[in-house]
Amino acid sequence: MVQSTQQAHAGSTMRGALTHLDRLEAESIHILREVAAEFRHPVMLYSVGKDSSVLLHLMLKAFYPAKPPMPLLHVDTTWKFREMIAFRDRRAAEEGLQLLVHINQEGLQQGVNPFTHGATVHTEVMKTQALKQALDQHGFDAAIGGARRDEEKSRAKERIFSFRTAQHRWDPKNQRPELWNVYNARIRPGESVRVFPLSNWTELDVWLYILRERIPVVPLYFAQPRPVVERDGGWIMVDDERMPLREGEQPLMKKVRFRTLGCYPLTGAIESEADTLEAVIQEMLVTRHSERQGRVIDRDPSASMERKKQEGYF
Amino acid sequence: MADDATTALRDYLQRHESKSLLRFITCGSVDDGKSTLLGRLLYDAKRLFDDQLDALARDSKRYGTQGGELDFALLVDGLDAEIEQGITIDVAYRFFGTDRRSFIVADCPGHEQYTRNMATGASTADLAVVLVDARKGLLTQTRRHTYICSLLGIRQVLLAVNKMDLVDFAQERFEQIASAYRELAGQLGIEQVACVPVSALHGDNVSARSQRMPWYAGPAVLEWLESVELAPPPSGEGLRLPVQWVNRPDQGFRGYAGTIVAGSVRPGDAVLALPTGRRSQVARIVSADGDLPRADAGQAVVLTLADEIDVSRGDVIASALQPAPVADQFACHLLWMGDQPLLPNRSYWLKIGARSAAAQVTAIKYKVDVNTQAQLAATRLALNEVAYCNLSLDQPIAFEPYARNRALGGFILIDRQSNATVACGTIDFALRRSTNVHWQHIDIDKQARAQIKGQRPACLWFTGLSGAGKSTLANLVERRLHALGYHTYLLDGDNIRHGLNRDLGFTDEDRVENIRRVAETARLMTDAGLIVLVAFISPFRSERRMARDLFEAGEFAEVFVDTPLEVCEQRDVKGLYARARAGQIRNFTGIDSAYEAPESPEFHLRTQDMPPDAQAQLIVDSLLQRME
Repeated sequence: MVQSTQQAHAGSTMRGALTHLDRLEAESIHILREVAAEFRHPVMLYSVGKDSSVLLHLMLKAFYPAKPPMPLLHVDTTWKFREMIAFRDRRAAEEGLQLLVHINQEGLQQGVNPFTHGATVHTEVMKTQALKQALDQHGFDAAIGGARRDEEKSRAKERIFSFRTAQHRWDPKNQRPELWNVYNARIRPGESVRVFPLSNWTELDVWLYILRERIPVVPLYFAQPRPVVERDGGWIMVDDERMPLREGEQPLMKKVRFRTLGCYPLTGAIESEADTLEAVIQEMLVTRHSERQGRVIDRDPSASMERKKQEGYF
Repeated sequence: MADDATTALRDYLQRHESKSLLRFITCGSVDDGKSTLLGRLLYDAKRLFDDQLDALARDSKRYGTQGGELDFALLVDGLDAEIEQGITIDVAYRFFGTDRRSFIVADCPGHEQYTRNMATGASTADLAVVLVDARKGLLTQTRRHTYICSLLGIRQVLLAVNKMDLVDFAQERFEQIASAYRELAGQLGIEQVACVPVSALHGDNVSARSQRMPWYAGPAVLEWLESVELAPPPSGEGLRLPVQWVNRPDQGFRGYAGTIVAGSVRPGDAVLALPTGRRSQVARIVSADGDLPRADAGQAVVLTLADEIDVSRGDVIASALQPAPVADQFACHLLWMGDQPLLPNRSYWLKIGARSAAAQVTAIKYKVDVNTQAQLAATRLALNEVAYCNLSLDQPIAFEPYARNRALGGFILIDRQSNATVACGTIDFALRRSTNVHWQHIDIDKQARAQIKGQRPACLWFTGLSGAGKSTLANLVERRLHALGYHTYLLDGDNIRHGLNRDLGFTDEDRVENIRRVAETARLMTDAGLIVLVAFISPFRSERRMARDLFEAGEFAEVFVDTPLEVCEQRDVKGLYARARAGQIRNFTGIDSAYEAPESPEFHLRTQDMPPDAQAQLIVDSLLQRME
């Protein structure tokens, strides 16, 4: 099955009629090369999820045979799944890439966590603040992220080159016009641009591309028996001993997988039998729920993403 | 996974792989129902997930305009401000597919003030869906959006005459609007127009044909989108590859990375690097999946060449048999998107393909009234205005007319102060004179002319308010230099306005031209080996920077004569401030026209801190130090 799509791909490239995925791939590579050429100190935000995996793969292609001319940055909230961290370190080593890991030390010292402080405070301190610290500390003038326009309503409105003030703020009401694929990369010192090469990809495109290119992803995307507890209508995985169990809660072994990955206490799993790439895609074709449904931080109020993004969230 | 499931998936993937992609926009006037139509399309295409529908039901009750019923517009209006105000501010991109096609839709705002966002959406679209309210017919925004679609090269339009339920599904009303629109589209060169009567709110003729308009025999909106034939990519074109990035992992490899925008390439093809015209052959087409035997338009590739020729970012690798034209002056259409007006002869950054250059609009031939398409005279362009202009670049570039190739004919202009994207433009043709006027080679150069005078040429640019003391100071500096045996010339604002610039007034447009002329004159004089002193108010940063860019590094020094407005006004040597205050002089710098102070001048002289003599000495000393 994998082989047949590979052949179809090679055939189409030779004939010159580009498929939907070929067009998306070429667009993303064009964007990545613009970033490398126009900015002095770019970075790729690597969040270890499937979109980051695709982005990393596109980076390797865009600059081949050279190595990507920028480091990877992971903003670690210290609450990521253990498998994510292992995968992250393995991938960076395999490709011989520079990996920067930033943790908000202040937040760490104050013991900020999703349980006592709640999802909103935790995300603000350990993700948004941490990201801004890292960008300032290294003086990055461009930060590439894997966000897609089909994920969420305010992301559907964002430019591919999205300008940020020196305070990392996004002004959604006054974005720079963006014509064709001619991107304005001019900024003053301190200002920066967030770049989204996967803007025009859908979740399905991402999975089909992972299948076509055989891109490694974290095993958490595939169904396996995992220890979970039910919270607010979702399955939360008990990934380590730091998770305080509520009264009467007893972890169950359930065959589950994840559609998106984040901090384990904030990421709901779905019950699933899909333990291969093909099965995951199959399941997605019939699902009635969006991928962000499992994200605790996205719930209510309905436009909260826009507010977080204005403040510097990716 | 079961075998039949595997087979089903494989079939699906194959269909998905071979499906074509169509990008379109929805546009038209505000309240004509663009977001509602799009929301309805997504809903009917079953592209909405349950949690999104739940959120829609919640939002509809809270913000909806449909009395608690599902308000489809809320699906696409994603910003807080949009939901609160019930309007669309920026483009929303949405994705859906049917068995036959994948679609990327850009839902464009209808308000005139957000026209630049509409243009953003239209620039990447294959075709447009234009909405009209059946009760209102064609409005100014209908015409404006159709004009911009045409400007950006969209040649296929679906006109959705919406809210047919509010005109009792009257055929006559529909025909009336359809015929008026066909006439407009015809004038604008839009070749294919399909008109569909719809009610987006109720779903009539959106994804399925309506029973309520039996007189209409054409396709529903979605049917048309699924089946419309797109113009095939042109065949037989020469290779065009704008070089984005030079790939140099080590001494042994030098590749040119970019996306092919026309034609195709094979190893062995003869190519030219433009604008230099250096010739070579393609050695390899390198990709991470192995070398390719051939690559075509749309592919992002890396080429290596057989010879070590100088190719850098922004150059275009083109077929040697069918090379692209090269020029530095163009006739073009311009859509102005800046909050500040376009001023002719002001210098902006231009970006086209991977090339950046300094550019000036040298003449606005006419601006266009988008409602009547009348051609009007203009000396400047305001936000959202469209004009036909002459454009001049500081370097020759490889290009194609926009109608032939969007990537080599479409450009943006960027403000050099704010870095805002202030215009988009489309090249129509190269002005003949740019290829006919050649730079005459001269044997005696600047260095030779300066050497005979025993000096290094320089330009001292004195800027400040009227009455700040620029001329006084420049005069003192020149006297000292002259006494020391240096060859100088003083260009004074008032004096030049009596001769070279006597046709210019004091509007912003004329001030820009005033500075352009004196800067060019000063450059000629430094080229003659002179030390030139320029004493002009020169109130705008843009023009002072333009002047600076004309000179070699270290040759130009900005002298900011910083005298407070109150002091200048108190002195009022020429009595001008008094007349300006009395309203007898308009556009007077410091009173009703802005002075933009230099941010980092070479000399910042506060007249109250130091007497003019000492200031003059400071400048002379620094200049002499540079001579050694």
